[in-house]
Amino acid sequence: MMTAPAPFLLKDASVSRVMTQVCLALIPGIAAYAWLVGPAVLIQLVIASLAALLAEAVMLRLRGKPLAMFLSDGSAVVTAWLIALTFPPLAPWWLVATGTVFAIVIAKHLYGGLGQNPFNPAMVAFATCIVSFPALMAQWPSVGLQMPLLDQIDIILGLAPRVDALSGATPLDAMKTALKLGDGEIDVAHLLANQDIYGNFAGRGWEFVAAGYLIGGLWLWQRRLISWHAPFAFIAAFVAISGALWLYHPATFANPLFHLLSGGTMLGAFFIVTDPVSGCTTPRGKLIFGAGAGLLAYIVRVFGGYPDGVAFAVLLMNLSAPVIDLLTQPRIFGMKDES
Amino acid sequence: MLHQLFTFKGGVKPPTNKTQSVTLPIAAAPLPSRLIVPLHQSIGGTPRPVVQAGDKVRKGQLIGEADGWISAAVHAPTSGTVRAVAMQPQPHPSGLDALSVVIEPDGRDEWIDRQPFDYANATPDDTRRYLQQSGVVGLGGAVFPTHGKLTASRSVAMDELIINGAECEPYITCDDLLMRERAADIVRGIGIFRDLLQPKRVLIGIEDNKPEAAAAIRAAVAELGENFEVVSVPTRYPAGGAKQLIRVLTGKEVPAAKRSTDLGVQCFNVATAYTAWRAIAYGEPVVSRIVTVTGNVHAPRNYEALIGTPMNELLALAQPHPDTDGTVMGGPMMGFLVPTPDVPVVKATNCLIAHADRLFPPKAPEMPCIRCGACADACPHELQPFELYWHARAKNFGKTQQYHIFDCIECGCCSFVCPSRIPLVQYFRFAKSEIWAREREKNAADEAKTRFEFKQFREEREKAEKAEKLAKAAAAQAAKKAAEAAAAAAADSSPAAPVEAAVDPTQAAKKAAIEAAMARAKAQREAAQPKNTDTLNPQQAEELAAIEARRQAAGLTDAAAGAAAVDTTREAKTEE
Repeated sequence: MMTAPAPFLLKDASVSRVMTQVCLALIPGIAAYAWLVGPAVLIQLVIASLAALLAEAVMLRLRGKPLAMFLSDGSAVVTAWLIALTFPPLAPWWLVATGTVFAIVIAKHLYGGLGQNPFNPAMVAFATCIVSFPALMAQWPSVGLQMPLLDQIDIILGLAPRVDALSGATPLDAMKTALKLGDGEIDVAHLLANQDIYGNFAGRGWEFVAAGYLIGGLWLWQRRLISWHAPFAFIAAFVAISGALWLYHPATFANPLFHLLSGGTMLGAFFIVTDPVSGCTTPRGKLIFGAGAGLLAYIVRVFGGYPDGVAFAVLLMNLSAPVIDLLTQPRIFGMKDES
Repeated sequence: MLHQLFTFKGGVKPPTNKTQSVTLPIAAAPLPSRLIVPLHQSIGGTPRPVVQAGDKVRKGQLIGEADGWISAAVHAPTSGTVRAVAMQPQPHPSGLDALSVVIEPDGRDEWIDRQPFDYANATPDDTRRYLQQSGVVGLGGAVFPTHGKLTASRSVAMDELIINGAECEPYITCDDLLMRERAADIVRGIGIFRDLLQPKRVLIGIEDNKPEAAAAIRAAVAELGENFEVVSVPTRYPAGGAKQLIRVLTGKEVPAAKRSTDLGVQCFNVATAYTAWRAIAYGEPVVSRIVTVTGNVHAPRNYEALIGTPMNELLALAQPHPDTDGTVMGGPMMGFLVPTPDVPVVKATNCLIAHADRLFPPKAPEMPCIRCGACADACPHELQPFELYWHARAKNFGKTQQYHIFDCIECGCCSFVCPSRIPLVQYFRFAKSEIWAREREKNAADEAKTRFEFKQFREEREKAEKAEKLAKAAAAQAAKKAAEAAAAAAADSSPAAPVEAAVDPTQAAKKAAIEAAMARAKAQREAAQPKNTDTLNPQQAEELAAIEARRQAAGLTDAAAGAAAVDTTREAKTEE
């Protein structure tokens, strides 16, 4: 006798479909990024994906879980892509692979696998690697670097020496370093005038990458895969704190637009703070989570020692998410009037 | 007329699949080979059978008498012979049997003498009782006895009477067809409910995918000169849930812990209003209902089927395709697969769906929850199903109650949208039944404890009373003896001792009483077996002390009751 329970009708939805759509939403940003720094990005995506799937397979095997079902859910690939997009594009292959394996093995499976990880695995990978390999994680291609694909592959695979071309930094990091070295003598407006580095707003080419993530994020929102709460709060917090400090002292604090379009702000807003597993789930919780992550990311990015603060901010908020959720339970149907 | 509508949060839009079964009018299902009429067809008490095997019954004859106020009578659906009053398989997911009256139809379908109810001269209570005796229950699926819902709250004014013609579940069209074909009787039935509840307005909610039904009801309302408002509500499952429809039409939210009348609103299904009118105007109790027969069948259609018709006989009328592998009773969102194909149609049976994998593909394996929140967005009661799931899975039932598990109406929206294919509703049903079971267990344990303690108390009291009685009897005996002795002594003694003699009888009586008590105490000591409290280890002694303390606190100590006997012995000792 059949005992299948109701409902007998199900919406056509699956975890792998959710993950596939997240990957699709990343494509505009990836395209802009590849156009900016070259095809190395795509190589890194492949390396990270392979490392993630391999680590996933080994862990599933060790944990006695069905391989096919979980390997095809796409969650490992999303983690891998986020790692590949946050690491320097010409980072050595083993760095990306190490970060990815760490994310899958430690941050995901040791906590119980899909759906159980309290921390965002990609951000764990980023934080681990930037603490362990600060120099390599700060080596970005020089601005306007034109390098053939094969040379890029050689550098990633360690077949060619890591050249001076890699002495660059992200515009965000460059700004911070310049302000620090200038020791109050150099003002932001003066720096931003250097369009070779900073483009029109926040970094030549980087603006387009940020715009690509924004487009992908809006598409996810339109598809109802993410709600507006966390991205909105994240961006609003960024605008609020950077705007306030910019108004207070425009010479030493960059304007909000610079902060929105540089570093990991847009990627963070739509693809990191929206992670349902490690983030908050209640509407008010998502607002608090997003705002907290935005504030912390700004503080770490501007006053801290690391090139960007999104990863640390998100990890700190991951820690607080369960409590925030507990304290922000929505009123249910029929109980709205009760205090 | 434009009516301001409210919305409820959540809900889903599954494919409705209703068009298949509305092309043909309602057909009367032929008499089945036998009828199995379960006695328990409504919420509340199980009706008592009033017929036995061998009895001849006529259509509409009472076969089960309502047991208590929340219970409704059950009637013979056709004329024939009662073959058995026995346990039969039920259309219930549990597959458990229940007491049913099995009737073999005689083919004549002879009614009892049907008398319309003199509604105009009846008190409201008479009308309610009549509806109970006619077996009128909620036909939307909940089968709550209708008369029990026809009393307004004493403290809250009745604002709205809501009539539910939403029929939001996919596939089901029985209410749609009933409204199209029998609108006038529905509206007249609503009139009865209106008279009993005296609401300020009457709102009839119909999903906007049933324009024909809405038009028919509107026409009937106009024709009968009623002022009921017919309101088209947006098609979104579960708009036909009573609480959702009340919300959409009035903006009121009825919490799980309250009755809707406490908020001045009451809700009935259209088919319920129809059967109420049939009972009152024609003297016909509820012996049949409209059932949509659809799904994996060649000829989907609505049938008026007798209660008790074996489902397989009804399903056969629609010619199921050969790959049919089960029968779903109810809709695809909240229905269930019946345990055996020949279970009977009951008053709650609004739809039979022939099940096949082609229509309802088997579910993909369950994946872990990724907390995507799709379930929370879909929940019409604004619960957090993923949190409920988390705690139900961990058997952390206290937490599930904190997250309001009893506000879940099991509509299935969460399971419908879940990308991880988690049967969330199953987890919630499991948690609810576990909580109920535990409460029952706890109540049973509490009762047993109280019973045991009272027994102990009673035994102690009886013992004490007995001892007291004995002591009194002995004292009386001794006093008598002493008095006799004193009298004898007085007779014998010299005249020099009159004073002594005057004092003596009382003293002698006292002494005798003391001696008697001493003798009794000695006898008791000798007779007493070594007590089980004589050889205690310290732990046991401690336990005993704790128990004694509790008993004392509970007022169960025998110190007071046994005081007399104890006192006597002590007195005796001091005298020594």
